[in-house]
Amino acid sequence: MIDTNVYLSCWPFRRLPLDEPAALVAALKRLGVTQAWAGSFDGLLHRDVAGVNLRLAAACRTHGEGLLIPIGTVNPTLPDWPEDLRRCHEEHEMPGIRVHPNYHGYRLGDPRFAALLDEAARRSLIVQVVVAMEDERTQHPLVRVPPVDPAPLVALVARRSSLRVVLLNASLKPADVLLRKLVEAGRIWIDTAMMEGISVLERVVAAVGSERIVVGSHAPFFAPDAALLKLQEAGLKEADHRAIAEGNVRSLMGSRRERED
Amino acid sequence: MTEPPRERIWDLHCHLSGMPGRTPDELMAALVARADRMGIERLIVFMGYPMAMDPSADELRRQNDQVLQALSHWHHRAFGFAYVSPNHVEASLREIDRCIRDGPMVGIKLWVARRCNDPAIDPIIRRAAELRAAIFQHTWIKVGGNHPGESRPEDLVALAARHPTTPLICGHTGGDWERGIRTVRATPNISIDLAGSDPTAGFVEMAVRELGPRRILYGSDVGGRGFASQLAKVRSAAISPADRRAILGDNLRAMLTPILRAKGVPLH
Ligand SMILES: [Zn+2]
Repeated sequence: MIDTNVYLSCWPFRRLPLDEPAALVAALKRLGVTQAWAGSFDGLLHRDVAGVNLRLAAACRTHGEGLLIPIGTVNPTLPDWPEDLRRCHEEHEMPGIRVHPNYHGYRLGDPRFAALLDEAARRSLIVQVVVAMEDERTQHPLVRVPPVDPAPLVALVARRSSLRVVLLNASLKPADVLLRKLVEAGRIWIDTAMMEGISVLERVVAAVGSERIVVGSHAPFFAPDAALLKLQEAGLKEADHRAIAEGNVRSLMGSRRERED
Repeated sequence: MTEPPRERIWDLHCHLSGMPGRTPDELMAALVARADRMGIERLIVFMGYPMAMDPSADELRRQNDQVLQALSHWHHRAFGFAYVSPNHVEASLREIDRCIRDGPMVGIKLWVARRCNDPAIDPIIRRAAELRAAIFQHTWIKVGGNHPGESRPEDLVALAARHPTTPLICGHTGGDWERGIRTVRATPNISIDLAGSDPTAGFVEMAVRELGPRRILYGSDVGGRGFASQLAKVRSAAISPADRRAILGDNLRAMLTPILRAKGVPLH
């Protein structure tokens, strides 16, 4: 299984049982995860994002046991953000970047985000857009951050033929029109972390197919077992199960390499 | 060497909504089929559909009828709690008699019609306690504010102080579980329900640390939630196998044992 949604370092509001990288890696291995895309909690609020990404890359190298893939943070509201993007690509050799538009204070219609997408597409970097980190209702009263509206992604992706986006922590329902539109956009993949409801993946696959759905655990903030148990609860056909657990991420990565060659 | 005791999962908190199906029978069959995939032995079902935040007396009866119908083919796999409301005390007492004393149900569900610190609820609590029925009260702590009739854990603590020997269940642990656990910590007749919040890591560990393993009940809140995310809270937790067994089923069986015995329901 490939997990497209984990974090290293510390969640600002709580120590988490698995917020040491070695403990996280051990838990992911127990669940059969062979590769996990790791961002950094520090990317939410720190302004020295270059330092955040440097530490993330080092932690993945030191503790990752070949399993953790660093995904750097880029904040397009910071001065000289293209240099962060360049370092993620050229120095840390990351396959993608992760953005937190709500914590960084912009909407997806912002021209700075369009510029970021242009640069990421030019460099063939995958862009992970994180919709939310936690339930809005239980946020710290001084740090209330509404979820990102992902709807503008449909048009943004359509205008950039080599751009690939992975949407993380979207709490889309199987019947949502937006889910269908995002899937039909073609180069948007959606992770399972905040998909909720009884046998939700069974109902999502019935609604929009399995091709654009990828596993994300949102560990260590979320209990990592949820990702695997969601697949178990869905009782999917073998092909759909394999696509979501691993195949879709492999084709997402594969299409990137082809373009680089 | 003896085999370790088997994990028997009982789910405290299930609804008929959110499932594929049009009738109580179809919805219940769909629910049990998904529970089977997760190895869940027993389901507690309450409230029918559509969701009614301040149901009339007639609506309470209609929704309890839906649950009775859903249970009718599944007494070997499911129990029910009667949906009652402090806004309709007389009707609620009649529903308790009809569904619990004279029917198969084993508890009551109180939702968001009126906060449970209001003494208007007391006759309902007393009647349920006489029958040894489980008492489940929804609670939440929303940073943006609760519904007017929506209880917070401190409201349940106020209720517990008036009924100190009656076991009570703090639904959702208030959602904001770090506050919820602290709020009920000093009130030993309150147990917590793990259901119906995101699978945030650390919830179960903190609960075991602060409440001990015996006051914690696994539940899911399906169909709005999945079994998967809610079971994961217990599966991922760094706790002992004995505590895990207690939370997943032993504690709920212990709480329901008196009423199940009285009804002649076999426990094994
Ligand atoms: Zn519920």
